[in-house]
Amino acid sequence: MDGLSFDLIALQLFAGLALGAIYVLFAIGLSLIFGMLTVVNFAHGAFYMVGAYVGVYILMLGGNFWICLIAVPLAVGLIGLVVERFLIRPLYGRGMDYPLLLTFGLSYVMVELVRIAFGKTGIPFDTPDILQGAVDIGVGYFPLYRLFVIGAAAVVLLALWLFLERTSFGLIIRAGARDPQIVRVLGVNVAQVWLIVFGIGTAIAGLAGLLAAPLQGVIPEMGGTILAEAFVVTVVGGMGSIGGAVLAGLLVGVVVSMTSLFAPEMGKVSIFALMAIVLIVRPQGFFGRAGLMS
Amino acid sequence: MQSSVNEMTQPLQRPQATPVSWFAFATTHRASIAGLAVLAFPLVMPFTALAANILIYGLYALGFNLVYGYLGLLSFGHAALFGTGAYLCGIAIVHFGLPWYVAIVLGICGGLVMAAAIGALAIRTRGIYFAMVTMALSQCVYYLFYEAVGWTGGENGLRGINVREIDLFGLKLDFINPLIRYYVIAAFVIAAFFVLSRILASPFGAVIEAVRENEARARASGYDVTATRLITFILSGGFCGLAGALQALHWSIVPIEILHYDTSGIVVMIALLGGMGTFFGPMIGAAVFLLLENIVSLWTEHWQLVVGAIFMICVLFFPAGIWGTLIRRAKHD
Amino acid sequence: MARSITAFGSISRRRLLTTVSAGAALAASTFRINLVQAEEATIKIGFPVPLTGPYGTEAQDQVRAAQLAIAEFNDGGGLNGRKAELLVRDDKLNPGEAATRTLELVEKDKVNFVVGSLSAAVQLAINNVTKERGVIFNSISQSDAINEAADFSKYTFHEALNPHMTAGAVGRYAFPKFGKKVAFLTADYAYGHEMVRGFLDVGKTFGIENLGDIRHPLGTTDYSTLLPRIQSLKPDILCISNFGRDQQIALKQATDFGVKKTTQIIAPLLSHASRVAAGPQAFEGVIGGCSFYWGLEEKFASTKAFNDAFRKMYDGKLPSDYGALGYGGVRTVLAAVKNAGSTDTDRVIAALEALKYDFYKGPQYYRQCDHQSVQSVLVIKSKSKDLRNESDVFEIIGADEPSEANLRSCEELGHKA
Repeated sequence: MDGLSFDLIALQLFAGLALGAIYVLFAIGLSLIFGMLTVVNFAHGAFYMVGAYVGVYILMLGGNFWICLIAVPLAVGLIGLVVERFLIRPLYGRGMDYPLLLTFGLSYVMVELVRIAFGKTGIPFDTPDILQGAVDIGVGYFPLYRLFVIGAAAVVLLALWLFLERTSFGLIIRAGARDPQIVRVLGVNVAQVWLIVFGIGTAIAGLAGLLAAPLQGVIPEMGGTILAEAFVVTVVGGMGSIGGAVLAGLLVGVVVSMTSLFAPEMGKVSIFALMAIVLIVRPQGFFGRAGLMS
Repeated sequence: MQSSVNEMTQPLQRPQATPVSWFAFATTHRASIAGLAVLAFPLVMPFTALAANILIYGLYALGFNLVYGYLGLLSFGHAALFGTGAYLCGIAIVHFGLPWYVAIVLGICGGLVMAAAIGALAIRTRGIYFAMVTMALSQCVYYLFYEAVGWTGGENGLRGINVREIDLFGLKLDFINPLIRYYVIAAFVIAAFFVLSRILASPFGAVIEAVRENEARARASGYDVTATRLITFILSGGFCGLAGALQALHWSIVPIEILHYDTSGIVVMIALLGGMGTFFGPMIGAAVFLLLENIVSLWTEHWQLVVGAIFMICVLFFPAGIWGTLIRRAKHD
Repeated sequence: MARSITAFGSISRRRLLTTVSAGAALAASTFRINLVQAEEATIKIGFPVPLTGPYGTEAQDQVRAAQLAIAEFNDGGGLNGRKAELLVRDDKLNPGEAATRTLELVEKDKVNFVVGSLSAAVQLAINNVTKERGVIFNSISQSDAINEAADFSKYTFHEALNPHMTAGAVGRYAFPKFGKKVAFLTADYAYGHEMVRGFLDVGKTFGIENLGDIRHPLGTTDYSTLLPRIQSLKPDILCISNFGRDQQIALKQATDFGVKKTTQIIAPLLSHASRVAAGPQAFEGVIGGCSFYWGLEEKFASTKAFNDAFRKMYDGKLPSDYGALGYGGVRTVLAAVKNAGSTDTDRVIAALEALKYDFYKGPQYYRQCDHQSVQSVLVIKSKSKDLRNESDVFEIIGADEPSEANLRSCEELGHKA
């Protein structure tokens, strides 16, 4: 194992954080939806993928990346609202399995619809000109776009935090996540809150897909891999905990990058091994509340 | 769904109204009827290999249903049990040249042992966590088999599970012949039907349901809830292991995809489609699912759209599944 | 039965008739192929390819080109009037599904031959089913394992390149030109390992220094954690041995990390569809191998004829690399049928072994011991400027001529001399 230096490890750590930023964006939506609605959204990967394709479509219409950053979350969030209202709402009260299974079927449908609309082959998605190239971050050169992704994730997190902590609507959401029954008793229209939470969660997933597009290109199957990994993130962080999702997302990113430094072929199994260990030691995850699921 | 389960395990009171009689008849003779249907099945299917796949997936779903339908635990890691059975059966033949029946026994044992290992780690978690833990552990199993290239062929899959002839007490059966291959597989599936039927009708079967219906009450009645869960999970592993072994013999290969979480997801779809917690549901679900996939993919390459949409419709409007809905109708008549 | 019909009157009789005829139509569609065989004894070629899934585009191209080979055979009078027919099946890129579909083709449809596949695992699954049942299978996707004694049978043919040949050709071209220090980024599965083995094998002749082989799991979507490590090794050449989406993402991210500034990137196999999907930027300057490129028409009359026929049949479209393999795989089998004057398996095998052909890319023949098609390997470079048409994405910069010396020896593969 030669060529191992402090700089390399530091750079690797940084790459892990950038990777973690995408996980975090994906997983907070998943976690928000679960914490509030107790819906395990198996279609979250499909929303992420649709986000990337909406971006492709806007670029085809002549838009630019910055327009996408605004339009994609709006468009995907809108789809999310429709899905919650007409497909998921009828299932509340039937237990946790049914929304899970419905979104599982929905992800098949969404992926296939995108294949019909955009074809089965991937579509290239160029990094916006202004964000191309690499910059010196002290320990070595690092792609500018990845720094932008870290920054964008931080902005979204900050905005979400302000929204949840500083607005009265956020207060309702936080209360609802803790005890929906009390909130309902207090006369809050919980159904409407759930609708909006689902919209926000899917909007962030769409944004994550858009941000990932210049890194990986766009393909109908792109949501599948990240979904499995994001489940790990939410479970390790504690289902329904936003803070847990952030911490676990970054941790998973760093674990992946460190395993790829020392044992690259173990990069994927490391995530699941981490999850198995965490769950056996602390079944509710870092910040999860024990007993929520029983 | 619950009521249908009760029909399956409690001694039936023969209903007065005649419309229900077919249902009562079907319930009392469930294993024999399933056996007959299985025998006539290849005649109505597009091709025999598909009929055999349906039996195997039906058996796999039957094993899964024991945990999901009867015990009430949603597992997203059953591919590990199915796949281990397939790999052990294949490895026994390819690397050790063991006879086919020993290979099948090893496949069942593989399913049991893997279920014991996963169950021991996962069984204390509940609800959605159980689904997640089983998924994570089965992903670990996937990579374990994936990396053991020398034994499993890794990504290329395990090839050469070539059984040409089955020697049955001096009677030599041509295992290449599609119909004979089907009936050999069918014999094992029917045997599994009988075994499961006996388990569900036994006192232990009643305990399983007591645990699902009301954990606290079951515990208060002196049953060891955790042990019941674990034993049921292990039993489920045995059925899935047998299904895996038969799959290996039928395909003469084991693809690594058998351990992929898609394989875990499909069995959930099949059980739900057929009717969870019902005896015939899994087999009917497997038949409908695989047939649908087969037929739809012949006329459109976008078969996933149709299958996904039908699945969503089932979840929204027929949560009891095909067989479960039929049972309900029969009772409401 | 007849009585009940009259009893119910004409309307329900009509309904019954509709039902019966619908049933008959259904039954007929199911058994259509059997009936056709009974009447005309069509030569049937099963063609399992992954129409759904990430390689659907390539698979569609395989089907198109294979249909062309069928049409040419039939237009040429078939086998004394016996026509050929292609039975396309979707293997969904899943070996289990491929095994099921092959069983269907062999057991129900009673095909004479099987040609197809687009992944190593799928072709090995098909091969295991066909060889047990004595059906000829001509594989049109890459694998080293299929040549080896354990998987090979006398019914197994391999029209596609194998990783050893492909990596060898690219290595022979690149190692003398770009430097001795070589690093590898490899997908951790048989195909990737086989490619690296091929590179290292040819590397010995050129005395390359192996700086390290970094392996990534199949389906990796982020290489940012691997690339700094590779850059710190300061290689002259980076061999990226993966395929499809893995390759597209790896090349894109390597470009982003600025690997290309100091290092020449080579890939054993550059596929047409991957290049189109990832765009010119990611593939810019990358050198790799391929079995066929339409631009070969400037060199070979057979390529020109194939391209023209393909253009004519498909509105001016040009065939891709995988498409050409679909054509070659079917056409060789049909040519052997014609030479043998029969569809009898043993006689067709003998005819295939004797075949010296130039159907689409210059001279080829099947080696005796492993039925590997001995053929040229093109070395190509991705281009981003002066594109003449939408298929004009590569430029041919070199080639390995057909030679058994570039293959692993029969002994090495475990075949007895």
